[in-house]
Amino acid sequence: MSASTIVKLQDVRKTYQMGSVSVEVLRGISLEFLTGEYIAIMGPSGCGKSTMLNLLGCLDRPTTGQYLLDGKDVSQLEDDALSAIRGAKLGFIFQSYNLIQQLSVIENIEVPLYYQGRPEEESRETAVELAKMVGLESRLNHKPFELSGGQQQRVGIARALANDPLVILADEPTGNLDSSSGKDILNIFANLHERGKTIIMVTHDPGIAQLTTRVVRFCDGEVESDVRR
Amino acid sequence: MSDVKKDIKNLRREFQFSGQRLNRSMRLALKSLWLHRLRSLLTMLGIVFGVCSVIAMLAIGEGASSEAQDQIKNLGSLNIILRSAKPPEEQKVSNTQQNLVLDYGLTHLDLRRIENTIPGVSSVVPSRLIREYVWNATHRVDCEIVGTLPAYPEIRNQRVALGRFFTFRESETGANVCVLSGGMARMLFPTESPLGKDVRVSQDYYRVIGVMEAGAQLPGDATAQQGSSSIPVQRMFIPLAAARMQFGETLIKRRAGSFEAERVPLHEITVKAEDRNAVANVSLAIKDLLTRNHKKKDYEMIVPLELLKQAERTKQIFNIVLGSIAAISLLVGGIGIMNIMLANVTERTREIGIRRALGARRRDIVTQFLVEAVMLSGTGGLVGVMLGITLPFLVTHFAGMKTIVTFWSPMIAFSISAVIGIVFGLYPAMRAAEMDPVEALRHN
Ligand SMILES: Nc1ncnc2c1ncn2[C@@H]1O[C@H](COP(=O)(O)OP(=O)(O)O)[C@@H](O)[C@H]1O
Ligand SMILES: [Mg+2]
Repeated sequence: MSASTIVKLQDVRKTYQMGSVSVEVLRGISLEFLTGEYIAIMGPSGCGKSTMLNLLGCLDRPTTGQYLLDGKDVSQLEDDALSAIRGAKLGFIFQSYNLIQQLSVIENIEVPLYYQGRPEEESRETAVELAKMVGLESRLNHKPFELSGGQQQRVGIARALANDPLVILADEPTGNLDSSSGKDILNIFANLHERGKTIIMVTHDPGIAQLTTRVVRFCDGEVESDVRR
Repeated sequence: MSDVKKDIKNLRREFQFSGQRLNRSMRLALKSLWLHRLRSLLTMLGIVFGVCSVIAMLAIGEGASSEAQDQIKNLGSLNIILRSAKPPEEQKVSNTQQNLVLDYGLTHLDLRRIENTIPGVSSVVPSRLIREYVWNATHRVDCEIVGTLPAYPEIRNQRVALGRFFTFRESETGANVCVLSGGMARMLFPTESPLGKDVRVSQDYYRVIGVMEAGAQLPGDATAQQGSSSIPVQRMFIPLAAARMQFGETLIKRRAGSFEAERVPLHEITVKAEDRNAVANVSLAIKDLLTRNHKKKDYEMIVPLELLKQAERTKQIFNIVLGSIAAISLLVGGIGIMNIMLANVTERTREIGIRRALGARRRDIVTQFLVEAVMLSGTGGLVGVMLGITLPFLVTHFAGMKTIVTFWSPMIAFSISAVIGIVFGLYPAMRAAEMDPVEALRHN
């Protein structure tokens, strides 16, 4: 089984207009990620890592350049189509977990399925299964504020996996966690990688980058190095 | 299996599906509203009071106007009622200690003129009214004795419940017979049937030959119109000729130690027009006739049909005023909802970003916030409807006012409250949906 290309960027640029000044945050990125790769994106603060991840996650569109996701050009799609792609093909994990406060653990995991229009019972089953996978079967009806940071991030992971995404995007997933909870999260990531998931993770911790199969270094909106192991 | 059947089956599945979706978004909205329950409650209050006051005011207005219309209708919509009235100048004179006889009011000549010269009149019934005590052994009733003609019940829309009214013959001869109002019959004869018994008025006895239908109090009566409606005036009907013979034309009242005598030939003349179209002309002609023949305005004229029209106009104005008040109060409620929803959207910017990242389309966000707004206003409307239906009952119970909650007023009030949710919820919802997902996610 040979790995196929899942993400392909061709000379992607992103320019922000701030008043009369335009700032080019991404300056001609060309990259190709394969299915099953576990990628770390590294670089100094402000070099455009999050901007990059937002583009990869179809939350934003490149100013110029092409982005092929799963072979399809998604770089200039309209809003509804991007929503549909996010819902069906992408899973997000955030540094600050970003759980919805008024919903319980199980309901948070169900959110992506709700927007996919899945029937309620089916969503519930999937969500319970995922909660078990991340070790939260005893916390199903807890609200986010009743959980520790590590537990919240595990809910975040379960939610990202709910729609069985092609690519998992994580922006500093362990940034807000102590080292032991961080390790738990990284173990889950390793697990997912073993099961063939494609993971793109932004991090500034070289120790974490060690665990991945490929490290892409950014500097000033350009790719500085790209190392596969 | 035909294609049509398949189509229907598909359609139904889709319908069930969207029903389930609506159900879920409503539960979701409930959770979000519950998170800020005090705020939600306060927001709802505007709508609650708006809807409640609309229904209650409509009920009170409807009750009042129906009562007025009943009274007017009981007077007979084809009738023109003339009453003798003490002219204001004479009243001053009577206040002095002098004993003099007041001469005023409608005359037999007026009666004949109306009967003979005015076209479009179908019948005319005069009456004399005498305030006296009526006795049966030790039972006494303060009563208005009405001396009139046999046509009275027919022209005044009153029915005999028991026995009969006096005949033309009894009327001509001035027989000492009487017909009692229902309440009076009960007061004088609590345990037995009054028919065939005699009642006494000072020295004279009258044989009871009938009892009028009880229940609806006799309207058009001076005391009844002044609103002391809890004690209906009791009446006893006797032939006009008998009244003239027994009581004469000069009535003496003892008041504050002084005598006061009045000579009033006829107290009341009821004129019935041939049809509704004739009422206006007949009343004009009578007015004309009376102004020509009376130097002072010692009479008054009541045209129930005109009162009815007036009552309808009043009701219309009332409804317009009410509508404006309702519109304003609901508008205020709606602005309250809009205000809160805008704050809500700002506060939940991050949630919006999260949902968008997880696949929500713009219209999903619009729906979510719209459902919340509509649920706020809808729940407010529902509570308002319940209060609005209860309030008129309390008003009736404690204030004794008649109220009518019509079937459609809660319907309309509730629908308006739901529409308000949509109208005033839409703008905040659109604002929420317009947000850029990346920006929204970065929001604290
Ligand atoms: N919406 C925006 N408007 C203007 N500038 C932006 C915007 N978003 C990000 N930037 C700028 O782009 C650069 C890269 O930001 P980011 O991708 O968040 O960096 P990081 O690598 O730290 O995640 C920063 O200099 C930041 O100020
Ligand atoms: Mg960043």
